[in-house]
Amino acid sequence: MEFFLQNMVNALQWGSFYALIALGYSMAYSIMMVFNFAHGDIFMTGAYIGFGVASLLLAFCLASGLAMPGWTILSLTIVISMILTSFLGVLVERVGYRPLRSAPRASAAITGLMIGIILETGNLAILGARRLSFPELIQSTTYDLGGIFVTNKKILIVAVSLALMFALHQFIHKTRWGMAMRAMSYDFEVVPLMGVSLNVLAPMTFAIGSGLAAAAGILYGLAYPVLDPYMGVLLGWKAFVAAILGGRGSILGAALAGFILGFIEIFVPMVFPSTLRDLIAYSIILLILTFRPYGFFGQPHSTQLRL
Amino acid sequence: MRRDEQPPANTRPSMDELSMQGQAPLSGMQRIRAAFAGVPILGWLVGILCAVFIERYFGDEISYQLYLPKVPVLFGCLIMFKKPLLIPSALAYVTLIYVVPIAASARLSAVFTNRIAAVLDRGPIALSCLIHVGLLYAALHYWADLSDYRLLVLKLTMIAVMLTLSINLINGYMGEFSCSHPGFMALGAYSSSVLTLFFFGNHSLFGPALLPAALGPYCFPLALIIGGLIASAGALVVAIPSFRTRGDYLAIISLAFLFIVKSLIENMEWVGGPRGISGHPNWSSLPVVYMWMIACIWVINNFVRSIYGKALNALRDNEMAAEAMTVNTRKTKMVAFMLGAFWAGVAGGLFAHVMRFVNPGTFGIQRLAEILAMLYFGGLNSVVGSIFGAVSINLISEMLRPLELYKWIVIPLILILVMIYRPSGLLAFREFDVKDILRPKHTGVGRGE
Repeated sequence: MEFFLQNMVNALQWGSFYALIALGYSMAYSIMMVFNFAHGDIFMTGAYIGFGVASLLLAFCLASGLAMPGWTILSLTIVISMILTSFLGVLVERVGYRPLRSAPRASAAITGLMIGIILETGNLAILGARRLSFPELIQSTTYDLGGIFVTNKKILIVAVSLALMFALHQFIHKTRWGMAMRAMSYDFEVVPLMGVSLNVLAPMTFAIGSGLAAAAGILYGLAYPVLDPYMGVLLGWKAFVAAILGGRGSILGAALAGFILGFIEIFVPMVFPSTLRDLIAYSIILLILTFRPYGFFGQPHSTQLRL
Repeated sequence: MRRDEQPPANTRPSMDELSMQGQAPLSGMQRIRAAFAGVPILGWLVGILCAVFIERYFGDEISYQLYLPKVPVLFGCLIMFKKPLLIPSALAYVTLIYVVPIAASARLSAVFTNRIAAVLDRGPIALSCLIHVGLLYAALHYWADLSDYRLLVLKLTMIAVMLTLSINLINGYMGEFSCSHPGFMALGAYSSSVLTLFFFGNHSLFGPALLPAALGPYCFPLALIIGGLIASAGALVVAIPSFRTRGDYLAIISLAFLFIVKSLIENMEWVGGPRGISGHPNWSSLPVVYMWMIACIWVINNFVRSIYGKALNALRDNEMAAEAMTVNTRKTKMVAFMLGAFWAGVAGGLFAHVMRFVNPGTFGIQRLAEILAMLYFGGLNSVVGSIFGAVSINLISEMLRPLELYKWIVIPLILILVMIYRPSGLLAFREFDVKDILRPKHTGVGRGE
């Protein structure tokens, strides 16, 4: 039982990365009907931006003699990198997706794929192939909760991601912009005629998604302090699958699917050899899609690719 | 549905006729185009053959005179990027060996080649195709003979043509966004590798050879076909869910299929697991790959021009309407998926025997991005677009090799530009009519009558 609960904690942490990344995919997909294949690499870039911001802040503290506690630096890093990465998201939308708004959706997906490759290669070209290690911002302490060991980092990661998801949920359901987004995901042909500008909404969607991805990147850097240019490929594609699995237009679904994927990936190695992890995870996804072809919360809708 | 409507070729006055009527003064480019409008495909093939033979016999001498270290392998591009000082020499070499001989011999022989083409045009189309295909093979054979690098690039390009054509069947003609192609390729590659190594190879995993090696090259096509059939059986995993769901969810299913295949192979120790298999016999020679490519083009072109191809297009445009018009949607989807997967499997088998090594890592997301790039660069829903896309992306990526890392910034940028200005690809929605292409060009000066 303790073993199970211990793994539960790990799965919550691992799932929150997937969930945070999946939210960005899901938002772009719900509102603009694009596969934003660049999102995994935006997550990677967010982690690198977080690394840069954290290093700069640490250097600044060292130079000015200002004694900032690690928590302050961490929260500053998260906020600043989320803002910076949002600009990247807006740029990606402006360059890659806006010219293709009336084009076939598959073409936009290809553009996203190519932007992702450019981000990866650009990173390799600028920083080189060596892996960077994320600075240790907060001291790791372990709490013993009746046989289950929980570090403060794990609590922080799960808490921050849940808080961000809650904030996003409130934004989508309580504000006027959120209402516009929900309307857009309901019908993206009529809603622009009602005075909702897609040219405002689309950058906003990408900015929010990228900000969440950056937060995921920094949290990932806290948990696994090794950054390499291809980490976005690894997590991004799985998060993409989770996002679609959640169902179109459902933030809750994407988050839930992200957590489920995390649970599968943590619990499969408990029973089977760990090399079977991907195989079993994707087989389960295939089974789910066979019985619920529109995801957990998605409604059947015309998903014809506009060729 | 956008479709590039093209006026029929014979109603459009050619440049030559325009100039003879004196309607408009021709610019330089137009004049060049007018001069070569009368050259049939046969003429160009003859020109290419001439150029190849000139390079074969005088290439060394010319490159020595131009201070080039050796004969430029890929049209001088590699040399140009490595040593910018040699750019003029490389350009001169390309002009002397390729541009001038091809242009001159194509233009000068136009009278004769048009006559021959007219004779061939009256005969059976198969004979005419065979002659053209043979001439092209001769040119490619002697071109690739000069260096092993060229040979490898050529083989990989041909395999890429097969892959792009087969994915075009699913993504272009049927209009699904299938991401499972590297998975089909892996199935074919592994099946045929296991077969050839089990029966003909003294391999550590599969024991000594069971059949004499002399039989090998004759059984190789059989191994490829079995590989293709296994790939098309695997395609059922994607094809059957496609009855119920379309578009985005099918994309996820196909993506999941790709990861499942990759992970499955990684977990099968008896085929080497993540380390892969090596030591394939060297049976994927240039003629073998070439013949398979021609067969693939022939089959797929006939398929998409047949009633099945029309049914596929109908399915893409409106599934319900297609069903109302008596299209058997399930059968059509299944046939398209299985045919596409078959050729992907064959291409995978050839790929394994060209590289003489396969591992599961080869068939990942990277390969998917490459195949999709070739498909969308060339153009959806067109055989000629697939061929163009595969050849040009392959050649571009080989030519930009000296740029090393920056190659993967340049190629995506090119593709993004293509997507922005031609969202369906450069040569999308073209019909590939062999008879029309091989026809003699009876315009102006090239006339042989």
